[in-house]
Amino acid sequence: MHLALFIFFAVLCVAGALNLLLQRHPINSALSLIVVMSSLSVLYLLLGAEFIAAAQVIVYSGAIMVLFTFVIMLLNAGKEVRTHGSRLAYVAGFPGAAALLGLLAFVFISRRGDFGQARLGEYLATTSDLSRVLFKDLLLPFEVTSVLILVAILGAVALARKEH
Amino acid sequence: MVPIAYYLVLSAVLFSIGVAAFLIKRNIITVFMSIELMLNAVNLAFIAFSRQWSQITGHLQVNGQIFVFFVMVVAAAEAAVGLAIIIAVFRARNTLNVDSIDLMKL
Repeated sequence: MHLALFIFFAVLCVAGALNLLLQRHPINSALSLIVVMSSLSVLYLLLGAEFIAAAQVIVYSGAIMVLFTFVIMLLNAGKEVRTHGSRLAYVAGFPGAAALLGLLAFVFISRRGDFGQARLGEYLATTSDLSRVLFKDLLLPFEVTSVLILVAILGAVALARKEH
Repeated sequence: MVPIAYYLVLSAVLFSIGVAAFLIKRNIITVFMSIELMLNAVNLAFIAFSRQWSQITGHLQVNGQIFVFFVMVVAAAEAAVGLAIIIAVFRARNTLNVDSIDLMKL
């Protein structure tokens, strides 16, 4: 059951990511990114991170992607024009990315015994477990992020405002 | 039962697709979206390692999930500022193509 769910949503994830790569229109890429993020939240749930799964749906596939689609519609972004990218990207970028993938996959697969097995329902991190750490040990960083968000909102408003 | 290594491999695959999309894509919004994809891939690795750490120590460890929480907060702030910058760039240059926005290129 766990393996079937994992395979289904992992394939959905990779298909969505590839669709993001292949689509020409930004709105199609945005919608396939929503698919990726929603199926990632199911994978988080399978790993026992229920709060993070809910936050993933609300923050990523909700708030951030709404922002993206809103900007795409606001700027009336059409199909992207294929122009020549930098040659360095083709010479070093793709082999580098492929080498990174190969190396990581090799390490993870060859040492998969050391990483252990994930059983469904074990080590379920509830919201209270998470908030106990967040509000006791990490209260100061938590409060500092609120300042960060405030500054980000001010910066976004200042940047996007029409100049007079 | 799924080996945690499979989750890590999936995370590596998503990250590499994100890198490739970052290099291929010519629309500034899509480039920004591929950065979000890479962030998500790293989040998956954090959750998987958090689970592995729980299994090694024998009781629940949530440090990896706290990391993901903070990454999400920072990503939300980053998306707001980044999209505002994209709007400002579009107003100034009237294009979304990253090849036309190369004033800082040597």
